[in-house]
Amino acid sequence: MIKLALSDEILMKIDKPARYIGNELNSVKKRPETVSIRFVMCFPDVYEIGMSHLGIQILYDMFNKRQDVWCERVYSPWPDLHKIMKEEEIPLFSLESQEPVKNSDFLGITLQYEMCYTNVLQILDLSGIPLSACERGENDPIVIGGGPCAYNPEPIAEFFDLFYIGEGETSYDALFDLYKEKKRHGASRIEFLRAAAGIPGIYVPSLYAVSYRADGTIDSFRPLYEDVPSIVQKQVVTDMTDAVYPEKPIVPFLKATQDRVVLEIQRGCIRGCRFCQAGMIYRPTREKSTERLKELAVQMLKSTGHEEISLSSLSSSDYTQLKELVNFLIEECRERRVNISLPSLRIDAFSLDVMSKVQDVRKSSLTFAPEAGSQRLRDVINKGLTEESILNGAKMAFSGGWNKVKFYFMLGLPTETAEDMRAIADLANAAAALYYETVPKENRNGKCQITVSTSFFVPKPFTPFQWAGMYPPKEYINRAKVVNDSIHAQLNRKSIKYNWHEADVTVLEGILARGDRKVGQAIRRVYEKGGIFDAWSEFFCYERWLDAFAECGIDPDFYTLRERDPEEIFPWDFIDAGVTKEFLLREWKNAMQASVSPNCRMRCMGCGANKYGGGVCFEDKN
Amino acid sequence: MKIRIKFRKYGVMKFIGHLDMMRYFQKAMRRAEIDICYSEGFSPHQIMSFAAPLGVGITSDGEYFDIEAGHSQSTACAIKMLNDTMVEGVEITGYVRLPDHAKPAMSVVAAADYTLSFREGVNPPALKSEFAAALNRFFTEQTEVLITKKTKRSEKTMDLKKLVYDFHMEGTETQPIFYLNLSTGSQDNLKPELAVAALFSDMGISFPSDSLMIHRLDVYAVSENGRDFVSLLDMGSVIE
Repeated sequence: MIKLALSDEILMKIDKPARYIGNELNSVKKRPETVSIRFVMCFPDVYEIGMSHLGIQILYDMFNKRQDVWCERVYSPWPDLHKIMKEEEIPLFSLESQEPVKNSDFLGITLQYEMCYTNVLQILDLSGIPLSACERGENDPIVIGGGPCAYNPEPIAEFFDLFYIGEGETSYDALFDLYKEKKRHGASRIEFLRAAAGIPGIYVPSLYAVSYRADGTIDSFRPLYEDVPSIVQKQVVTDMTDAVYPEKPIVPFLKATQDRVVLEIQRGCIRGCRFCQAGMIYRPTREKSTERLKELAVQMLKSTGHEEISLSSLSSSDYTQLKELVNFLIEECRERRVNISLPSLRIDAFSLDVMSKVQDVRKSSLTFAPEAGSQRLRDVINKGLTEESILNGAKMAFSGGWNKVKFYFMLGLPTETAEDMRAIADLANAAAALYYETVPKENRNGKCQITVSTSFFVPKPFTPFQWAGMYPPKEYINRAKVVNDSIHAQLNRKSIKYNWHEADVTVLEGILARGDRKVGQAIRRVYEKGGIFDAWSEFFCYERWLDAFAECGIDPDFYTLRERDPEEIFPWDFIDAGVTKEFLLREWKNAMQASVSPNCRMRCMGCGANKYGGGVCFEDKN
Repeated sequence: MKIRIKFRKYGVMKFIGHLDMMRYFQKAMRRAEIDICYSEGFSPHQIMSFAAPLGVGITSDGEYFDIEAGHSQSTACAIKMLNDTMVEGVEITGYVRLPDHAKPAMSVVAAADYTLSFREGVNPPALKSEFAAALNRFFTEQTEVLITKKTKRSEKTMDLKKLVYDFHMEGTETQPIFYLNLSTGSQDNLKPELAVAALFSDMGISFPSDSLMIHRLDVYAVSENGRDFVSLLDMGSVIE
């Protein structure tokens, strides 16, 4: 049996030692001498979060299918172990081999949210890999970033040797083949990176130079050499049905956040909500065939023994064969005593019928995400949802026996007024009133419980709102107060509960999301000051960030408060994410006029993603 | 029908806690297609109960849980099906049918035996013969050995003579091993390291709590005659 990297003494004194021992069912062990590439895949957060991530499971499976690659995993050591590893100088290790991460050829880090950036530095530091790519030597792993935050990699560009823009399924084989060839010829790190820049989707930050104007905006961004592409093309899997998918996903011992079979039914979203980055960068919408999904569901339930299966997509209701798939799963899961979870379903007659079959109506709650309280603001954000349809859904739900309803909204959206904020309370009140109207007293199961949650909107790259300005932290809290006050003024206030998010973290997310290369030094300062696990409210420290910005001479307001000029060059403009800047700008202008755009199936808005030659853009053209 | 399953837990799996082991076996039952019975309701759960939870860091040759099954394959076949889907560090070593009136494992557990040995790289503070002599004086020749057990809320005085059924030395002169058979279960549960700590303290040795490796050998119930212990596995019969 394998020798663990941590001693029994250490494992016995830290929280949840199972995070660090590997050995999970379906994890892959290979003999090191039989492979030519060692890859360590990292999710820079705690094990239970990282293990729940589908993207890593897909790439782990895909890489390990290659005989010449051994892909392993690593997650962020929790602060208790972090401290011990620093004190005792224990190098960070991968779970499968328990060997130092530093000995691998590649370290791939998925970037799912901005607040994990200090954890990226923690991973590099504990591994003994120089934080800056330019300080790394021939024996250091090539550090790759990927995932949604790689669509603006600039704030963390200096920490990475290269970024992979888009879906990993397409270009990794070429990257591995190139690496083997370069290694065989004894090529240097720099030679490899230079050649890698020619692979579609690969961005090597050190091969580009940025210059700035006096006002701090970008003047020019261009490659240093002629053979380095000036535009990096987002990678997309054209055929989802035949795309690689893990039939034997890893089954953790610890209860991970996602402790179930995850069935990805489609990628992308036809809706075009103007605040939503995922809805833009995963275009075009592509479905997996129902036949393939049925096959996968059965295989994955068998290979894992999970007691639950969940559909994964941005908007499951838009999957064209949803009825057939769900009916199959209900039948199959009843026999196997497996629970079904159906997130991101629009509330309508069909979904209510399905949910009443798969969950306990009295205990479960239904979720609506109108995102904005007033119709005007919903039109601004292009959330094609009317008050009538929301209340209709709520009415059906109440008649069906539900009495717990959750509403999700965003505050701080462009053009938002106090009227829009108060409309949140009005909508919640209308829903509560509807309950008492719809359900006769004798059928009521106590009061209805309306939970209203608001998060604060953060403008993201590659969305129509990428030009939008944000607000100072105080203003966010004021907005939450307006909502709170008006909820308390409602007739049905006792049936409504209101939660809102922290404002400080919103501002920071805003800086990191649309930051440029100058922001990187502040991230490093925060890490040097002891900042890790910023995504966890118990570890996040706003003052530490403010201090770091001040020390680095960075003005946070430059990144947050400014509404961008249509002519401004964004740090992420060198990436071609499929959707064109012209389309995004058109949508930004439509937003300002509260003009709604139809979804992809109703009418093509010419976003540009049809150049990938697949998905919804070609549905009726076969 | 009632089935009792015995397994070994070794290697890195000693770091997987009791609750996670339960979840692990729930999934393993499905993978091995054991015809386990479920409770009623919207989220049915498997009818499965464990005998005696094992602490994190302890290895074992004798862990048990009982399940209710609709029908069953032969013992040999079920063991193979289960072992085909185990991770390294968990091995199914027994699978027997219990009489229909059998009480659940948890309620019949009366004793368990353990070995405690010094971790690799730790120098034993005394020779085996020295420990044996001290053990005689401290335990074997006494009629009462009182120790205090500290819990979060209270201190409790216990008589080791009533709770420890066997306590002797094994191993070699330079690599001594403590063998203990002691009261286990919901009523008079004693941790083996407490008994060894008491011996150490009697000898004037400060007890390094993490320098001993604890290994459970088996778990027992009181036999029908009320005098002997019987291994939990021997309470059922092999399915041909």
